[in-house]
Amino acid sequence: MPVPYRVLRAGEETPGTVTLELVPEHVALNPFRPGQFAMVYAFGAGDAPFSVSGMDGDRLTLTVRSAGAVSAALARARAGGTLGVRGPFGTGWDEPAGRDVLVVAGGIGLAPLRPLVRRTVAARERYGEVSVLIGARRPGELLYNGEILGWREAGARVLVTVDRPEPGWADDVGVVTNLLDRAVFDPAVTDAFVCGPEVMIRVVARELAGRGVPAERIRVSLERTMHCGTGHCGHCQLGPLLLCQAGPVVSWARARHPMSVREL
Amino acid sequence: MADVPRSAVIGRDGLDSLIRALSARGRTVVGPTVRDGAVVLAELSGGDDLPYGWGVELEAGRYRLVERADGAAFAHSAGPQSWKTFLHPQRERQWTADRDSDGAMTFSQEATPAPSYAFLGVRPCDLRAIAIQDRVLTGGPHEDSNYRSRRERALLVAVECTEPGATCFCVSMGTGPAAGPGYDLALTEVVDGAGHRFLVRAGTAEGASLLDEIPHRTADPGTRAAAESAVTAAADHMGRTMPPVDLQALMRGTLSAERWDDVASRCLTCGNCTMVCPTCFCTTAEDITDLTGDHSERWRRWESCFDLEFTHLPGGPVRATPHSRYRQWATHKLGTWYDQFGSSGCVGCGRCIVWCPVGIDITEEAHALARERDAHAPAEER
Repeated sequence: MPVPYRVLRAGEETPGTVTLELVPEHVALNPFRPGQFAMVYAFGAGDAPFSVSGMDGDRLTLTVRSAGAVSAALARARAGGTLGVRGPFGTGWDEPAGRDVLVVAGGIGLAPLRPLVRRTVAARERYGEVSVLIGARRPGELLYNGEILGWREAGARVLVTVDRPEPGWADDVGVVTNLLDRAVFDPAVTDAFVCGPEVMIRVVARELAGRGVPAERIRVSLERTMHCGTGHCGHCQLGPLLLCQAGPVVSWARARHPMSVREL
Repeated sequence: MADVPRSAVIGRDGLDSLIRALSARGRTVVGPTVRDGAVVLAELSGGDDLPYGWGVELEAGRYRLVERADGAAFAHSAGPQSWKTFLHPQRERQWTADRDSDGAMTFSQEATPAPSYAFLGVRPCDLRAIAIQDRVLTGGPHEDSNYRSRRERALLVAVECTEPGATCFCVSMGTGPAAGPGYDLALTEVVDGAGHRFLVRAGTAEGASLLDEIPHRTADPGTRAAAESAVTAAADHMGRTMPPVDLQALMRGTLSAERWDDVASRCLTCGNCTMVCPTCFCTTAEDITDLTGDHSERWRRWESCFDLEFTHLPGGPVRATPHSRYRQWATHKLGTWYDQFGSSGCVGCGRCIVWCPVGIDITEEAHALARERDAHAPAEER
């Protein structure tokens, strides 16, 4: 059963994508770890899985792109409204254990990675190189514009690319894999974290594995239909993986084979 | 416990007494009965409701009742339903949401007590199926508490198989025809020159106390021997077999097999196999709002992996083709179920074969996959 959360703030990130800051009406859910997801309910419309894009004490941040009935209803939420939240569910991003950290995000895939990036730059001194590679379709679709400068100032190498540039765009153009050459990391001691469209995840993970990052240390966050979050509805299967339990964050060592089979 | 019998013999009237004893204990007794040309599972009010003298004739895509001269009550194999109809019902309200004039939401869950079922006539394959659904719905980090309360309050009277159907393959799946663990009482039906009777064994204290309560006599060596040989003989009369290979490895290794195209050309993706399967557990969530617009209910209902909507994502369905949907069902049932839940998801009951409108046979598909794999494997690996 969901727990009511009040919307403290609803801010438009990009057209059709909003970031919601939520605070529990009464009792908070257990703390979420970066990478874990919540089932978020809009009254009467239903619920859908969203990896949290931020957590601060009892507060939760969600970044929602309007795509289906539930996400459209959530994207219409305004400050003062109430939503229902269940969770935390699934696996999170492991704390990086190696020297270098490489984060690769495509589109809305930056949302689940945001808490990991924030945690990593907050403990910047623990790591060698920290690179954050971000791809988006258009400059206007880049998430968290206001924060990226802060990540750079904290010592992360943040590279941004878009598919379709607009006048005045000074950064890269093209797919996010193009940025890998300019990221600085020693594959043998790198923890990589990848989220975005499935085709992008596949290309990036294969490329990283090809460059020598161990498959166990490449983590990807995957998306499937989910109705329960608790391992009972059966929708989120990807071959042997029940993604609401074994995922959404999975190592490339486990995801590589099922992701290589069409329509699995 | 010393005075309570662990095994005994009861007559046909003993079954009636058993049903009445279970009812007297406040249990809803559910078991096989003939209705609409099939042996269905329904509430029983007495022994006369049992399908005495009815057998079934099964084939791929075919189910017919046939009369039997011996008057046996349990000489039929799996019917269209399974016990999940009661333990994991087709539709269930999960919670309700109410919105007040300020837009604040409250959620509530009604605490209706679970019915106290007694299932009479649980086949060994279905006994295993119940254990498999237990693992899925209550064995993980999150449990389905409604399922658990129904399950914990259910009493299971197993009946061993002495008349397997032409679509049965429990021997291949290691689930029958003898009853495995999990029953409160296990019955074996014997009809011979010495009469119509049932060898009864108690698996739990409650089973033993029930047995003590109904008319019974000491289990005689003749009945014991007849029961044992009937079950042993049943094992030799399976209508179907699975290929004698590691099915999990077979499924993992044949994801790109051509056979999936072949079966996809026959499969109607109707989902009948998933509805009749005693272990298929998938569900979908439905939200229903009343006319006030301020009261909404979350319902959970059975869903099939054959539905196109099942894998709906913003970019479209993941499994868009019948090929991928049949493959998902079969490889989950026989292969990835091990990865997810530690066992096979198939118990060899044969329902999916019988109730497939085009007669697709999962054992035939597994044999074909094994042949295709072997044909492509180098000789030394065979």
